[in-house]
Amino acid sequence: MRFIKFLLVGIVFGIVLVKSEAVSWYRIFEMFKFQSFHMYGIIFSAVLLGILFIRIFKRYRVKAANGHEIHFQDKDRSFYRYLFGGIIFGLGWALAGACPGPMYILLGTGVFTMLIVIVSALMGTFLYGVLKDRLPH
Amino acid sequence: MDMILQPWPWYVSGPLIALIMLTLIYFGKTFGMSSNLRTLCSIAGAGRYADFFKFDWKSQRWNLTVVLGAIIGGFITVTFLSDGSLMDLNPETVTDLQDLGFADAGRTILPPELYSWEAILTFKNLLILVIAGLLVGFGTRYAGGCTSGHAITGLSHLQLPSLIAVVGFFIGGLVMTHFLFPLIFK
Repeated sequence: MRFIKFLLVGIVFGIVLVKSEAVSWYRIFEMFKFQSFHMYGIIFSAVLLGILFIRIFKRYRVKAANGHEIHFQDKDRSFYRYLFGGIIFGLGWALAGACPGPMYILLGTGVFTMLIVIVSALMGTFLYGVLKDRLPH
Repeated sequence: MDMILQPWPWYVSGPLIALIMLTLIYFGKTFGMSSNLRTLCSIAGAGRYADFFKFDWKSQRWNLTVVLGAIIGGFITVTFLSDGSLMDLNPETVTDLQDLGFADAGRTILPPELYSWEAILTFKNLLILVIAGLLVGFGTRYAGGCTSGHAITGLSHLQLPSLIAVVGFFIGGLVMTHFLFPLIFK
């Protein structure tokens, strides 16, 4: 039962991403061609509201649903992993037209060939886990 | 009802995505979809090959539940919440895509030239999807997050590492779209 709320969050996430067309390969192409504001509008408005509300959460020490303090963890300081990893991810994002969230969602819309991308992404993650210590971080 | 059935504008979708992130924070969790790839690797037994996968994946069941919900959400939307309207793409985008061999851009969510069953029967197209998946899976773990974890959550927390990662996302995406697409698809 305690997982129901997460299931609902996931369902809303899936609906929003399909209705916004952010799961569309075409929209990603259009974004990287700078031919529409649509995707930028989605990202900017989400981030702007995110920044605003997280400030409010911190300012008023909003507690989590379970009564605990909300823990805001800083990302590890580093440069190469974010740049190199980011570039590799970006290449794949544009080619597949989908990042990890949309991959699952698209499966739900009935695009079963997406399983090829998902299984390959799992292989890619596995490869990273194996090579991790030999990569610059 | 018409407004729900039609595509949603960015100023509705973006704030809703922020709300999803904030809801997960309120539940004491965080918004990050690519972590699930690591979790699934662990469940499949990848811990035998790399310590990176040796962690308590059961602590991530909540996130797998979000994934399950997302799949259901995708199904609900195409089944009940769509009126089949075409995507309102920039006409230039449509022409650019025609030049690359993609007809009817925006008629479906994904190009049948890449994702239909006929398409994946050719070795080249199959290879494209496999390479794309490998790049996404490898890159996102290397960078420590994807669009949800870095671009939305990390930037909302004003994290410099996330900004570097997002710049990387765009370098990669721009190189692929502008320089590699003409080589791959022409």
